[in-house]
Amino acid sequence: MPTLEKIQIDRRSFLKATAMAGGGMLLALYASPLDEVFAQMRFPQAKLVPASFVMIHPDNTYTIMSKNPETGNGARTMLPMIIAEELDVEWKNVTVEQADVDGAKYGLQIEGGSTAVPLNWMAMRQIGRAGRQMLVAAAAQTWSVPESECTTKAGTVMHEGSGKSATYGELASKAATVPVPDFQTLKFKDPKDYTIIGHPTADVDDPKIVSGKPLYGIDVSLPGMMGAVYVKCPVFGGKAVSANLDEIKALPGVRYAFIVAGNGDTSQLSSGVAIVADQWYQANHARQKLKVQWDEGPTANESSEGYLQQAQALAPQKPQQILRHDGDVDSAFNNAAHVVEAFYAYPFLSHAAMEPRNTTACYKDGKLEIWTNSQLPGMGVMPLAQLLKMSPNDITVHMIRGGGGFGRGLVNDFFIEAAYIAKTVGGGVPVKLLWTREDDMHHDAYRPAGYHSLKAGVDANGKIIAWKNHFISFGSNGRFASAANMEPDEFPARFVPNYELGTSLMPTGIPTGAMRAPGSNAIAFVIQSFIDELANASGKDSVEFLVDLLSVEPLPAPTGGMGMRGAPYIAARMRACVERARDNSGWGKRTLPENTALGIGAHFCHMGYFADVAEVTVTGNQVKVNKVWAVGDIGSQIINPARAQNMVAGGIIDGMSQLMDYEINIDHGRAMENNFNGYEPVRLTKAPPDIHVEFLNTKYSPTGLGEPPLPPVLPAIANAIFKVTGKRARRLPLKREGFSWA
Amino acid sequence: MPYKLTINGTHHTVDVPGDMPLLWVIRDVLKLHGTKYGCGIGQCGCCTVHLGDEAVRSCLTPISAVGHQHVTTIEGLSPDASHPVQRAWIDGDVPQCGYCQAGQMMSASALLKKTPHPTNEEIDTAMAGNLCRCGCYLRIRDAINRAAEIASGTETTASAAL
Repeated sequence: MPTLEKIQIDRRSFLKATAMAGGGMLLALYASPLDEVFAQMRFPQAKLVPASFVMIHPDNTYTIMSKNPETGNGARTMLPMIIAEELDVEWKNVTVEQADVDGAKYGLQIEGGSTAVPLNWMAMRQIGRAGRQMLVAAAAQTWSVPESECTTKAGTVMHEGSGKSATYGELASKAATVPVPDFQTLKFKDPKDYTIIGHPTADVDDPKIVSGKPLYGIDVSLPGMMGAVYVKCPVFGGKAVSANLDEIKALPGVRYAFIVAGNGDTSQLSSGVAIVADQWYQANHARQKLKVQWDEGPTANESSEGYLQQAQALAPQKPQQILRHDGDVDSAFNNAAHVVEAFYAYPFLSHAAMEPRNTTACYKDGKLEIWTNSQLPGMGVMPLAQLLKMSPNDITVHMIRGGGGFGRGLVNDFFIEAAYIAKTVGGGVPVKLLWTREDDMHHDAYRPAGYHSLKAGVDANGKIIAWKNHFISFGSNGRFASAANMEPDEFPARFVPNYELGTSLMPTGIPTGAMRAPGSNAIAFVIQSFIDELANASGKDSVEFLVDLLSVEPLPAPTGGMGMRGAPYIAARMRACVERARDNSGWGKRTLPENTALGIGAHFCHMGYFADVAEVTVTGNQVKVNKVWAVGDIGSQIINPARAQNMVAGGIIDGMSQLMDYEINIDHGRAMENNFNGYEPVRLTKAPPDIHVEFLNTKYSPTGLGEPPLPPVLPAIANAIFKVTGKRARRLPLKREGFSWA
Repeated sequence: MPYKLTINGTHHTVDVPGDMPLLWVIRDVLKLHGTKYGCGIGQCGCCTVHLGDEAVRSCLTPISAVGHQHVTTIEGLSPDASHPVQRAWIDGDVPQCGYCQAGQMMSASALLKKTPHPTNEEIDTAMAGNLCRCGCYLRIRDAINRAAEIASGTETTASAAL
């Protein structure tokens, strides 16, 4: 059976299907231009060149390529499912293989932004449908019958009139000679005929996962491979001045020890000391004896406590920038029946994926080969090439499954470090750089801390008539630090006639980056808790208050530039989720046990709408989440219901960790938490025993699920806690207020 | 210094320092990659193996402490993913990223060996040390109950996930 590695692809052939030796067919890719959502970032656009997405084997089995990195969102299974459906084959005959990084063939290869579905829904259907059409054309030509009289089913083409049929495997060689059809002429399957999409499908790697087969970046094992650690200054941006390298080189197994100056960009190559040994354990053991003179730099003066004090000082002042202003906020307060003011704050967070950062690289004869679980490896190649003074064409990147990403893998520092160390070692020696858990927690691109000084007013009817938020965040020169921004039209903008969102920025040397639902994971807690405060002030039921807010005739949606959301806020979609969650949970319709209440949270982000109701029992300060009802609207089609349900439950549990426990404290420019004992995810014993997930099927094009389920659960639980205890938490994590999981 | 150990029924002799954790002997010396590194301090459970019938954290077990005890790793649960725990994990489509699942299954299989029909509280106690960063806990719990049924030949319902 021909394998991908043995096929030579001629990049200069356009849109040609290529016959494979021994029969079979390769299919070209047409990827539609990138969405405006990503207009600001420079991503590759796939050209019209033959790329292998589908291989049809003579025995009528199929290999389908997975184009994206996989660190747990299930796209490795889900994207091939779409191709297989439109190709009209049976899933049991499909084997999935991982594509390498190749922007020209595959376009944007990312696990992030909940983009797998929205960016690929069209292209994957086009690939499958075009292939099917070529197979039909091959049959029609063979039988001298019109294509319109041919049908397909389960990998077979049939002509009813003559009773002829042939399998895709039998037709593949001829199909490879048929012109690839114009993608605009393709007619997709009717969803009611789906046999794969919409059907719960197990992850293609499940059998390997349960058998302990080597699957992850950390499992890459190559002949002659050495293991490396990279020791960086605990203060961000600090530089290695000198170290006891000779002493380290004398330790068992150590082959190399050297200082790296870095390029001053913590998202690329920080300064540090590399130790390379025959085995990783030996390198990590040697580091215990490492003594480094660090030039710590200015970030050594920074601390979480310092930022909080700065933010509190900035809060009552005029914002440095006004991001949005409607009506006349200050006057409107004069007409309010109730005014509520509050200061909300949340900390830096570490991603803490279960697999610590790692990448393996090998440099030989001017060429670099890399094995990585980066979530966006293609974007690491250019800065790496510049740093190493290489051509990007001499860098080959294999994408290996990752044990979680949550956005950490979007920053390619670990990728660049490994490649740099491997090039320094050279000689065709593969080097695996593996960070310890402590390295991982100390050298993150953190979810930034944030501070909100809020003031809002409701009229006598419980309508919000004025809303002011002074959002204090990180950045300089009027620009937000990475992932530290807030959308100017974040809800409830447009739904409050007198509205102001202003921001002031504090400079920081702490590296920041996107963490699952950036700009939402804590901000939804702030907004939905504060809305609940207004509901409480007005004496209205929380759900009724929210539904009324969502029923306001909004100001016009922004045109152009959709920002992180990808689309304007459509209140009707959110309202439907809220009302459904209300109904599913029996809100207001059932008697709850003692010390038990329901709370609601609803948020739109990354093109998806989610509303959660949480039932919570609080005894003293011990919080038990009995059940969560989640209702989501991500459009017209859930592609893999098995993974979708798991993702929503997982997002809820992840959100619970952020609510109760997670925080990274910065002191003297360094992260103070080291490992899971200081940064504890929710354990099985504390997870809700029941999570009910429902998806509303709406007419909108399908969107993603990695992020939207997380943000609403924080306010849902916090609002329920308030109902039981009267304690309003305005600062995350809740353990600071003395709460813990029961 | 040479240490003899038996892993998944096979005898090995490894020449390593006595304080080298069993985890790294398994992974980097014997090239069995199913057992994972997550934290190195026994907090996450990814490194769980069986010593005899006991689930232990191999990151905290120095090779010098293993002695004659038989070591079982995820690769040794069965030759063909047929162990009830493995079958239940597949039936239930348990994993998201999958990285913690070998450790989860080793803790679960040790529990079921001692307690073929565990209560919720017994599952809690046995599994509290295994973190799942992706939050698959509800499916993990269901899969343990299903594995118990498979092991005793009493599985009646289809898995809810698939």
